[in-house]
Amino acid sequence: MNSLSRRKFLKITGATVGAAAVITGSGKALFKGADKVNKKIVKGIKKIPTYCDVCFWKCGAIAYVKDGKLWKIEGNPKDPLSKGRLCPRGTGGVSAHYDPERLNSPLIRKKERGEEKWVAVTWGEALDYIAKKMNKIKEKYGPESMALFSHGVGGTFLKHTIKAFGSRNITAPSFAQCRGPRETGFELTFGDVVGSPERTDIKNSKCLVLIGSHLGENMHNTQVQEFAEAVEKGTSIIVVDPRFSVAASKAKYYLPIKPGTDIALLLAWMNVIVKEKLYDIDYVNKYGFGFEQFAAEISQYTPEWAYPETGIEPELIRTTAREMALYKPATLVHPGRHTTWYGDDTQRSRAIALLNALMGSWGRKGGFYLPYNYSVPKYKYPPYPKPEHEPVDNPNHKYPFAEGELLSTGIREATITGKPYPIKGWMVYATNLTQSLPNREETIKAIQNLDLLVVVDIIPSEIAGWADVVLPEVTYLERYDELNTASFRQSFISLRQPVVDAPGDQKPNWWIAKQLAERLGLEKYYPWKDIEEYLDTRLKGAGLSLNELKKKGVVTGPKEPIYFDEGIEPEFYTPSGKIEFYSLQLAEAGFDPVPKYKRPEQPPPGYFRLLFGRAPVHTFSKTQSYPLLHHQMEENVLWVNTDVAKRFGLKNGEYIKLKNTDGVISNKIKVYATERIRTDCVFMVHGFGQTSKQLKSTYLRGASDSQLITRYNTDPIMGGTGMNVNFVTFEWEV
Amino acid sequence: MARYAMVIDTTKCVGCQDCVIACETENNVPEGYCRDWITTATSGKFPTVQLEIRSERCNHCSEPPCVTSCPTGASHIHDVGGVVLVNHDECIGCKACLASCPYDARFIHPDGYADKCTFCIHRVEKGEDPACVSVCPTHCMHFGDLDDPESEVSKLLKERKYHTNLPEAGTGPNIYYLI
Amino acid sequence: MLELTTTRHNELIDPFFHAWGWEIPVYLFLGGLVAGMMIISGYFLFSGRYKETDCSCYYLPRLSFIFLSLGMLALFLDLEHKQYVWRLYTTFRVTSPMSWGSWILILVYPVLIANMLLRLPETTKQKIPLLKKISDKMNSSHNLIRNIGVINMFLGAMLGMYTGILLSSLGARPLWSTSILWLLFLMSGLSGAAAFVHLIAKNVYERELLAKADNGFLIIELFVIMLMIIGLVVSTQVHKEAAMLLLSGRYAAVFWVFVIFIGILIPLLLQLLAVNHKIHHTPLAPILVITGGIILRFVIVYAGEYSHWFIVK
Repeated sequence: MNSLSRRKFLKITGATVGAAAVITGSGKALFKGADKVNKKIVKGIKKIPTYCDVCFWKCGAIAYVKDGKLWKIEGNPKDPLSKGRLCPRGTGGVSAHYDPERLNSPLIRKKERGEEKWVAVTWGEALDYIAKKMNKIKEKYGPESMALFSHGVGGTFLKHTIKAFGSRNITAPSFAQCRGPRETGFELTFGDVVGSPERTDIKNSKCLVLIGSHLGENMHNTQVQEFAEAVEKGTSIIVVDPRFSVAASKAKYYLPIKPGTDIALLLAWMNVIVKEKLYDIDYVNKYGFGFEQFAAEISQYTPEWAYPETGIEPELIRTTAREMALYKPATLVHPGRHTTWYGDDTQRSRAIALLNALMGSWGRKGGFYLPYNYSVPKYKYPPYPKPEHEPVDNPNHKYPFAEGELLSTGIREATITGKPYPIKGWMVYATNLTQSLPNREETIKAIQNLDLLVVVDIIPSEIAGWADVVLPEVTYLERYDELNTASFRQSFISLRQPVVDAPGDQKPNWWIAKQLAERLGLEKYYPWKDIEEYLDTRLKGAGLSLNELKKKGVVTGPKEPIYFDEGIEPEFYTPSGKIEFYSLQLAEAGFDPVPKYKRPEQPPPGYFRLLFGRAPVHTFSKTQSYPLLHHQMEENVLWVNTDVAKRFGLKNGEYIKLKNTDGVISNKIKVYATERIRTDCVFMVHGFGQTSKQLKSTYLRGASDSQLITRYNTDPIMGGTGMNVNFVTFEWEV
Repeated sequence: MARYAMVIDTTKCVGCQDCVIACETENNVPEGYCRDWITTATSGKFPTVQLEIRSERCNHCSEPPCVTSCPTGASHIHDVGGVVLVNHDECIGCKACLASCPYDARFIHPDGYADKCTFCIHRVEKGEDPACVSVCPTHCMHFGDLDDPESEVSKLLKERKYHTNLPEAGTGPNIYYLI
Repeated sequence: MLELTTTRHNELIDPFFHAWGWEIPVYLFLGGLVAGMMIISGYFLFSGRYKETDCSCYYLPRLSFIFLSLGMLALFLDLEHKQYVWRLYTTFRVTSPMSWGSWILILVYPVLIANMLLRLPETTKQKIPLLKKISDKMNSSHNLIRNIGVINMFLGAMLGMYTGILLSSLGARPLWSTSILWLLFLMSGLSGAAAFVHLIAKNVYERELLAKADNGFLIIELFVIMLMIIGLVVSTQVHKEAAMLLLSGRYAAVFWVFVIFIGILIPLLLQLLAVNHKIHHTPLAPILVITGGIILRFVIVYAGEYSHWFIVK
């Protein structure tokens, strides 16, 4: 009952010391430890344009520096991605700079891997150590035995160094653990990928279908802005999700689907649309390939057939199918982003692509537009050495349609088995592998086989805890990076530039990559003095200059037609040159040419399917320690249906643990008993329950979905890892 | 005279907390505190559920009990727009205002004085929107003068259905939620 | 059913309001006790009992002075911005009970001092002849003494009522927003003071008188508590829920056991038996009353802080 809290206690005792104690506490907590920043203090407010790095959307931003200290960050109104407004993470990006738990100097491991015992060393010592180890790996196993896991634009130069070193084993979990199946599914259908930022014309859609996509909780800025615009316009929204998401609360139709049965729903929708001839007949006739076979195939999938699988009433399936058809071609069935769910994800993505094809939405207003990117010539480097071996991740093309990007889990497997050839060194940049790859134990097992694990990070992340060498990088607010020329509605080019000095001995990735290359005798690959010279050279090639970009932050290209109706000649880069309703490529490789539904494995009695997703204030597991974002959400909670909670005697707000079917027990997590989820699954936000002891603010806060994802179904088409296939039950020994 | 108010469209709000974080940086809110926050009200039975997501803060009430309960006059109604403010060097930190606020919108700043949303009066007096309004990625927040019938907020209240929080507490709140 | 979740996380506010700790209940108790003591002392001055040399009206003001100062110290400790405490006295806010209170306290001190001047310790008389002169002058006027008594009673009543009004003016806390709280705290102050004087009085008549008076105060107090709860229960849902905090909720155990039984019913029974000469007077009864009075302030303050307008599941 008594609430003489610690702060209050200090207050009382402080008062006896006098007013001085009060003045020192002047609420500058946010600026703690940042006194060293910006040695030459410039009085007044400076606005510096840059682009954000808290997620991978890369919004144009303007940082405000007040009296030499970073004050706030706003969207850059000239930027087509942010349109002047950042998401909460972008706004809170300030505290990436002020995070008191940042790495401060290079570290070399002192004890066993994972014990997190280090010796602080100089950059020279650390880089010499790495170069020596890399050369040893090269001598003994060849350069391909060095792999790089790198997520985001900051990895550009490390990739360059590794390629120059002679390895193509460069990967990011954003493919096989995230977008991969979608890109493959769309490429098989339309001959093109969806890309990032997604080419979805949400703001012009008249009917928007979200399948598991939780826009609003997933804060990819432009999409959320356009989603809100669509809501305001009265767009008919259909949400399919086992959880009543924020997006579901804005929907006209909410379909509380049984997890894992989306393909059945998609087939039934297409069945209704084809049977009732509700599809865009001209479009399908003109651009479609194999429609007849497709139509014959799906004629068996009636809503009545789908009902027991999906739990969605046949009438609701029919009504929503007709609703979609009503607004075609401005009906956008959103392809999602994180699509590695059940292992049949390429086929589900293909079904989504086919439904869009029936709506005629590809290349049409309110569907999928055709994006442009700003053409900036590449910097001319000497050619990379030709690797002796193919990349290690997909031996014998086991996953025949894993194209474009490498499989992170494939490289992990090769590291464990040594086949087709050993992987002995990992460099990890901006991806927390123990959280981002399924089955943590496998990752740790792979790490044990390594001769070298280098982690470049900003904070002492979980993966950094396993490293031999940790290299502290500056945040995006303290460095230049590669230009952003992503494809979008309108071509643009944006610059990331430093807005404040780094608080300690951290270095930018380009510097690290260049220094390492020089130590590896690869200096000819770094003809430029510094990144400013590199950027200026590239920009001059596009008729711009670094100085111009430093002032403007973003330069946009001309408005160009983005829809077929605006005069673009439709082109489909498929074998048939058309939209492939029936895929001969798939048939030849032994897969279903038209997606088929297979009933997913069901949870054993007393167990619940573990689902995970995102919260608006965090990006994966990287932002939990940023003070501003930390206080918005310090730990995740376990969403449990109220009836289930009642049946199992779970009290709202109490801590419990979860046990999966392999007996893995999670860290404690608070129960959130809610009407917003089905009774056969539970949900948590990804990225919590971190085990890095050095990262005190996040250490064992909430539970880690990754830890419980011991099982995954690999997509036979492209090697993606379906992760929604784990079942958990409740444990009380907290 | 002006009567400043905020009109927030709950049908567009996704509860992303951008308003909260923008307030923190704009106003240098001490770490661990917040002047605004997101409340989510869930009603119904799965799958027939309704959500109302609200960005909440001081209601800058027309009859603010925090002002009447203040023994020193530190809590006061600003000359412009009826905004409720606190003069830090008149506040003794007695917490009567905290206790008097049915919205629990106030807190004690680590420096000892009562603190809360100011409607970003420093921005508003320069003709800008409050920080929370200006960053909202869904454009669900609107700020303006209710005494001006031509203002966006007045028009929205004329056209749309809305409610305020706890009108029954009788304080005359000035944050309106469109439904 | 309504599920409410919030991202707010302010200290002293969340998960429920708890801005006031032990200081405020202690301050309210001591304020109430002093109020009761002033009324008793004032009554004795007014009624002519001051003629008895061992009348408690001669030492009560001194004790009141000390208790009130302790109470004000507790209040001061609760302030978060202590260096600005003087701001209380550069203004008078007519709508703020806290402002009223701070000025009432300022008036209480001279009145207590006037009462104290009626009898000075020998050493003071010798050291400060001026005070002796004043004291002698005051003692020569029966009317003046009676008037000092009246002013003591009046300010005591003001003080006692103010301790209740301070809370009941805060409409945001449904438990406090009852117009009868001033009477409850006044009665509780009187019963506490009566018990206290009963405990320390040198004069047997006073002891007996105050025991009887205390019984009256306790009965009224019980009645007021009943009225307060009925008032809340028949009011809005939030007020009803606030009353339930005491009747069957979070604070029910303390309320029933310590406030009602130990603080009122048991001492009432003991004192009824004592004044009817069934048992001897026991110091236990007044001690229980005083304890009950302290706990009443804690329960009302804490339960009131917990009571809220939002209906949380």
